[in-house]
Amino acid sequence: MSRVLIIAEHLNGQLNQGTAKCVSCASKIPGATIDIVVLAADPAPIAAQAAAIAGVSRVRTIANAANANAIAAIYAPQVVAIAGEYTHVFGASTTVGKDLMPRVAALLGVSQLSDVMAIDDAHTFKRPIYAGNAIVTVKAPAGQVVVATVRAASFAAAGGGGSATIEPTSVDVTLPTHTRYVSLQQGGGDRPDLQTARIVVSGGRALGSADAFKLIYDFADKLKAGVGASRAAVDSGYAPNDMQVGQTGKIIAPELYVAVGISGAIQHLTGIKDAGTIVAINKDAEAPIFEVADFGLVADLFKAVPEIMASL
Amino acid sequence: MKILVGLKRVVDYTVRVQVKPDGSGVAIDGVKMSINPFDEIALEEALRLREAGKATEVIVVSIGQQTSMQQIDTGLAMGANRGILVKTDKAIQPLTAARVFARLVEKEQPGLVILGKQAIDDDNSQTAQMLAALIDRPQATFASKVEVDGNVARVTREVDVGLETLEVDLPAVISVDLRLNTPRFIKLPDIMKAKSKPRETLELTSLGVDSGDHLSTTHHAPPAKRQKGVVVKDVPELVAALKAKGLL
Repeated sequence: MSRVLIIAEHLNGQLNQGTAKCVSCASKIPGATIDIVVLAADPAPIAAQAAAIAGVSRVRTIANAANANAIAAIYAPQVVAIAGEYTHVFGASTTVGKDLMPRVAALLGVSQLSDVMAIDDAHTFKRPIYAGNAIVTVKAPAGQVVVATVRAASFAAAGGGGSATIEPTSVDVTLPTHTRYVSLQQGGGDRPDLQTARIVVSGGRALGSADAFKLIYDFADKLKAGVGASRAAVDSGYAPNDMQVGQTGKIIAPELYVAVGISGAIQHLTGIKDAGTIVAINKDAEAPIFEVADFGLVADLFKAVPEIMASL
Repeated sequence: MKILVGLKRVVDYTVRVQVKPDGSGVAIDGVKMSINPFDEIALEEALRLREAGKATEVIVVSIGQQTSMQQIDTGLAMGANRGILVKTDKAIQPLTAARVFARLVEKEQPGLVILGKQAIDDDNSQTAQMLAALIDRPQATFASKVEVDGNVARVTREVDVGLETLEVDLPAVISVDLRLNTPRFIKLPDIMKAKSKPRETLELTSLGVDSGDHLSTTHHAPPAKRQKGVVVKDVPELVAALKAKGLL
């Protein structure tokens, strides 16, 4: 019988959708019971959201002022303190999960699986390597707890309507003071979150300047879309780094992805291949983005985008 | 202060790897091999800290076959003071790599270990975090800015929602992201100068680390292909197609 523990991810009292995606992933393990643990200064509002996710048996809360920010060195020993009760410990493959889960695994003396995209059975998983150019089937030993990060783009978020019990948990561990939170400078503003938006519009090098990139924001606002960027656009300073989509940036799976002036390097395509429909607008008919686009438009983006906006 | 930097030998980022037809692996025979690009950024940062007087010695470490000495040679030509090759014929997993680094930390007592945030072959993004756990020290992952002031480092991290800043006591482990710096080019005289720099080879088996290679890869498959779509002739056709699918 598999018992799965999922580490809740949250910010400003809001549960991250990655947590419900982890639940969806865990539910693919036959007969699994699923618990979520919320580490926070004030876990109650987050725990209430977690308890409403369908398929969750129990939400455990570990309240501690030191848990106000997700610092891996502080979270990890607390997770390890309760990990022994479980066969699997999952976190989302976000920067928070990727920071935390290897630390948890190493403290437990076990390997960690990164970016799980499919579950074959309780100990057999699929994950991408080489920027998604190969998908490997990996077996974890049956006698060890499986620690993994879950690739959000591969799983739909589990639904609502659940009514898990909420249980405060106390752990007896000494927390380190060697790592201190200083600040968080949030980007994004009021636009839909890149990783959960239904529509994402991304701009590439062809925009040519940060000024010109404003066209992408306007287009996105018109579509109520999140905004992404290629690595080339970020490296050129047209867009901030938290917008980067691709192997080393964000992996996303919106219903509609509109790539504007993006040539489509393999590292970028890795980040979008689970999108529902891909639209590419590019002047260069030979651009690799057209190989994966459901709809390609060979056109000057500075003419095509305003024309699309005008027709909506 | 010493800084330890890891250099992994990986398939060059410009090579598009293919899965072997029998699913036993990826075909990498004879392809160009390089330092993992993130590790090059890690080394550049270490060199800049040394040049700024914050560190005295930069030691590059690679774990792998004798061929990984090429990556150490490159690291020394970039400016590292000395190199350590931890030799093994096995493709080791992150937990083993972290245990090897932990052993070297014990031996060398560096103030900082700087590693790439992930290797572009296995895309795991684990070794730095695991090392920090094993030596019970701070980790600052996905760094885009590093400032060292005495016994403390202030590190800005590229996180999903923006930029987070942490303060960590040294010794600490840092993993670096793309935009931390642009690695320097190597000039010919640097290659000549590097020839006389010390290189040490240690057998992995001599370090007495327990293998952390717990995972077994049973099959490699090419990714599912997206069906090639259509090229529309103009904007009205595109908008009509998206409306027909209920997307607009």
